[in-house]
Amino acid sequence: MEKQAVQRAREAFLAGRSRPLEFRVQQLKSLQRMITDRQGEIATALKQDINRSQYDTPLFELIGLENEISLAVSKLAQWAAPRPVERNLLTISDQAYIQPEPLGVVLIIGAWNYPWALTLQPLVGAIAAGNAAVVKPSELSVYSASLLKALLPRYLDQELYPVVCGGVSETQELLRQRFDHVFYTGNSTVGKLVMEAAARHLTPVTLELGGKSPCYIDKDVDLRVACRRITWGKFVNCGQTCIAPDYILCEPSIQNRVVEGIRQTLLEFYGPDPKSSPDYGRIINQRHFNRLMTLLEGYTATVGGQSDSSQRYIAPTVVKDVPPQARLMQEEIFGPLLPIVTVSDIDDAIHFINEREKPLALYLFSSNKKVIKRMLAETTSGGVTVNDVIMHYTLNSLPFGGVGQSGTGRYHGKHTFDQFSHHRACLVKSLGMEEVHMVRYPPQNHQKVRRVRLAMRTPLVDFSKGTYIWAVTASIVALGLLVALTVILILAAGVSCTCL
Amino acid sequence: MQREMASQSEVIDRLRATFRSGVTFPEQFRMTQLQNLLSLVEENEQLIQDALHKDLHKPKFESVLSEIQITLNDLYFAMENLRTWMQPEYNIGKNLATRMDDCFIRREPLGVVLIIGAWNYPLHLILLPLVAAIAAGNCAILKPSEICQATEQLLAELIPKYLSQDCYAVLCGGAEDTKSLLKNKFDHIFYTGSQVVARSILLAAAPHLTPVTLELGGKSPCFIYGHIDIQKAAKRLCWSKFFNTGQSCVAPDYVLCTAQTRDALLPALRETLRTFYGPDPGASLDMGRIVTPRHWRRLVDMLEKSKGKVVIGGGSREEDRYIAPTVLVDVQESDALMQEEIFGPILPILTIESLEEGIDYINRQEKPLALYVFSDETSVVTTVLNNTSSGGFCGNDGIVHMALPGLPFGGVGASGMGSYHGRWGFETFSHRRGCMNRSWLLERVNVLRYPPYSDYNLGWLRWATTFKKNSWGGCSVM
Repeated sequence: MEKQAVQRAREAFLAGRSRPLEFRVQQLKSLQRMITDRQGEIATALKQDINRSQYDTPLFELIGLENEISLAVSKLAQWAAPRPVERNLLTISDQAYIQPEPLGVVLIIGAWNYPWALTLQPLVGAIAAGNAAVVKPSELSVYSASLLKALLPRYLDQELYPVVCGGVSETQELLRQRFDHVFYTGNSTVGKLVMEAAARHLTPVTLELGGKSPCYIDKDVDLRVACRRITWGKFVNCGQTCIAPDYILCEPSIQNRVVEGIRQTLLEFYGPDPKSSPDYGRIINQRHFNRLMTLLEGYTATVGGQSDSSQRYIAPTVVKDVPPQARLMQEEIFGPLLPIVTVSDIDDAIHFINEREKPLALYLFSSNKKVIKRMLAETTSGGVTVNDVIMHYTLNSLPFGGVGQSGTGRYHGKHTFDQFSHHRACLVKSLGMEEVHMVRYPPQNHQKVRRVRLAMRTPLVDFSKGTYIWAVTASIVALGLLVALTVILILAAGVSCTCL
Repeated sequence: MQREMASQSEVIDRLRATFRSGVTFPEQFRMTQLQNLLSLVEENEQLIQDALHKDLHKPKFESVLSEIQITLNDLYFAMENLRTWMQPEYNIGKNLATRMDDCFIRREPLGVVLIIGAWNYPLHLILLPLVAAIAAGNCAILKPSEICQATEQLLAELIPKYLSQDCYAVLCGGAEDTKSLLKNKFDHIFYTGSQVVARSILLAAAPHLTPVTLELGGKSPCFIYGHIDIQKAAKRLCWSKFFNTGQSCVAPDYVLCTAQTRDALLPALRETLRTFYGPDPGASLDMGRIVTPRHWRRLVDMLEKSKGKVVIGGGSREEDRYIAPTVLVDVQESDALMQEEIFGPILPILTIESLEEGIDYINRQEKPLALYVFSDETSVVTTVLNNTSSGGFCGNDGIVHMALPGLPFGGVGASGMGSYHGRWGFETFSHRRGCMNRSWLLERVNVLRYPPYSDYNLGWLRWATTFKKNSWGGCSVM
């Protein structure tokens, strides 16, 4: 069944249907209509899957998606156009450009924590780039998956963009087929398996994985604002966000104030009993619930700690003074548990972060430019937000992706289009200027070698900033001298005239 | 074998420790290393030419053009542009919500990278990636091809002499050594070579989630169609085909043309070959040799099995691994010469009745590394471009598209993934880190996003963050 879907998609792609720009725009607009028309049903599915509040859905899934579609529709012609490149002496009369082309049939494997955004945002780029795409939503968000399966064929071309649902074995079957690109969002364990499966077909992959995103709080910051921003980012979607701040690093002297700041904010956000707040989510399933409860074993929560297995509810929880070797610090938490690890200073914090795998996001709160500069220069991560959390995700001109264990490749905005395109290098020459080309043909001698070396040097003209400034200055000075000379001549002529 | 693995790990650990110390990050360091690499090539040109001649019987001209000069060019280009490349990219669109923020993209080094070279251009195929790796601030392990022993030795000797030994190391060895090397974790693997080995490299990289660049090959088709100056086309075709004795990943593998064009092409090819190499190419100083007896045997066997008709050349000599520039006609799709990349001085000509027939044929095969069209007619070039895909494309010439550093050089599908040359190499070996430095102000606006949620807040947020058609960039979520 999976094989047939892929086969049909490939035939549809080879027929050339997905290539014309008008078709791509039309499909994207149709996708836009699906989201606008079916908002209510999508919100209901999300509530059933993960108790997503009715406001979080547009906020975190749909507005972003709509914006991506609008951007793609608006800029598609520009993105798909040939991109000219700098030439050298030998190619000065030729056309040299990069032409973005569709790859073919791509596979998009979605995730369960933001099942619509994380499955459809890559699809927007895949469609915009002219590909066919097989969409495999996560089976853990059951209601969203079946809703997507029902809706997508009603709005998009059924053969080019089939939805394949299923669990592990269906995914494995899909991965046995040959694709031109595989885009996977999820955890690194499965990420490795995806890469391995793709390797057999020499298929390139984009892996949007996760990791433990550290959040460093410098001691001289406005803790009220910092804690509010951190609390928002940590507990939205009940902590099940790949770029949620995973743990806090701060000096012991401010730890208690940080805890207080978070406690206060939680009261403001969810009231005294988060369980009854309509704005607080639940854990996706029993397995993850149990996993999170195990992480908490042996530690006393400073804030929260309550849970209700029947509802898969875990209260927003903060744990102080967590030792680095605690279980809480060994794997990505992906839940509403926030450990605070104390470090002695910025050096200690940088060292702590660099001892661990490269995270998907890094956060730091500081008013000190030097601290910010150091942290940025001496660590690495997929992305960074300073003095807030999550927000770098929201600007689609910033590439969004991981590095090292947190992933490979990037997307959002034009980056998605580029990720799903082949950038074909094109050089279109004429058969003219043959005299220049004669130097490269055998039989060879010293003079020819010298001439070819000269012709190959790039760039033709030194376009560096220094030369540019020199050229402009020299022109101004020359012009000034010319003006001065003219004035002198006129005055001299004027003097002789008066004499007459 | 254990000892081999131990010493490989020691080298990798040493490089990793150096990388952690941050010494490769500053512009000055990278510039110095690039300068040293430049000196390495400039000061040892004769030694390099000798080694290449020993390994591949490479004519001096080819060594200079396609090994030395291309490396020097890439070095000049990198040194001239390094500062620009290293700058954080600020000129990206912002939206209403982030108007007060600092948003930029940093290019950061990846760590310790592995560069595996190939034997056909043993110098530039390993040094050009190295230039990019150094420019991007990484440490690098070089694994040159063991098939070109003289060049391998030379690199093993010269690299530690000119470049920092704590940052860049050359590890030599055969297939087994490469296998054990791949068990280690790298932050990027850059491989040039065959599809078969590429698969095993990807499989070795998967458990470490290591990103990989694969520069592979394929059968690069060459159309000669429509109105064209046959003499000039023949010259450029012969030059690109027989350069390095056909052992170039972007050599035109086979020709597609009508019977009429073929009849005009053959005498032009004969004349060109005589001009290039004289009546006996085996005696010409400008003609190279096949790299090893095994590769020679493979090509001779292919030629013997072929059902096409040899119209030019066809001769070969085992003692010096010589194969004459050979052209065959009446070659069918099922021919022995059409089953794998030729990688030698043998040029089959396939006759087609129409451009569409040729395009259909190409699209039935794997996507090639390069595709060529010789034609004066723009419509022919455009038709082929729009209806095929390939790593790169060159109209009215062969190979030279890879000499322009502004163009990315790489494959697609079975011909590879990723690209390099010039800035593209720098990007390959860098991580693009999206950074947003938010201001402390506008907390009142931020309040709109916090719980307890309300329709009122949502309405305002929607207004503030919805992409407006003419605005610069957009906001995904607030």
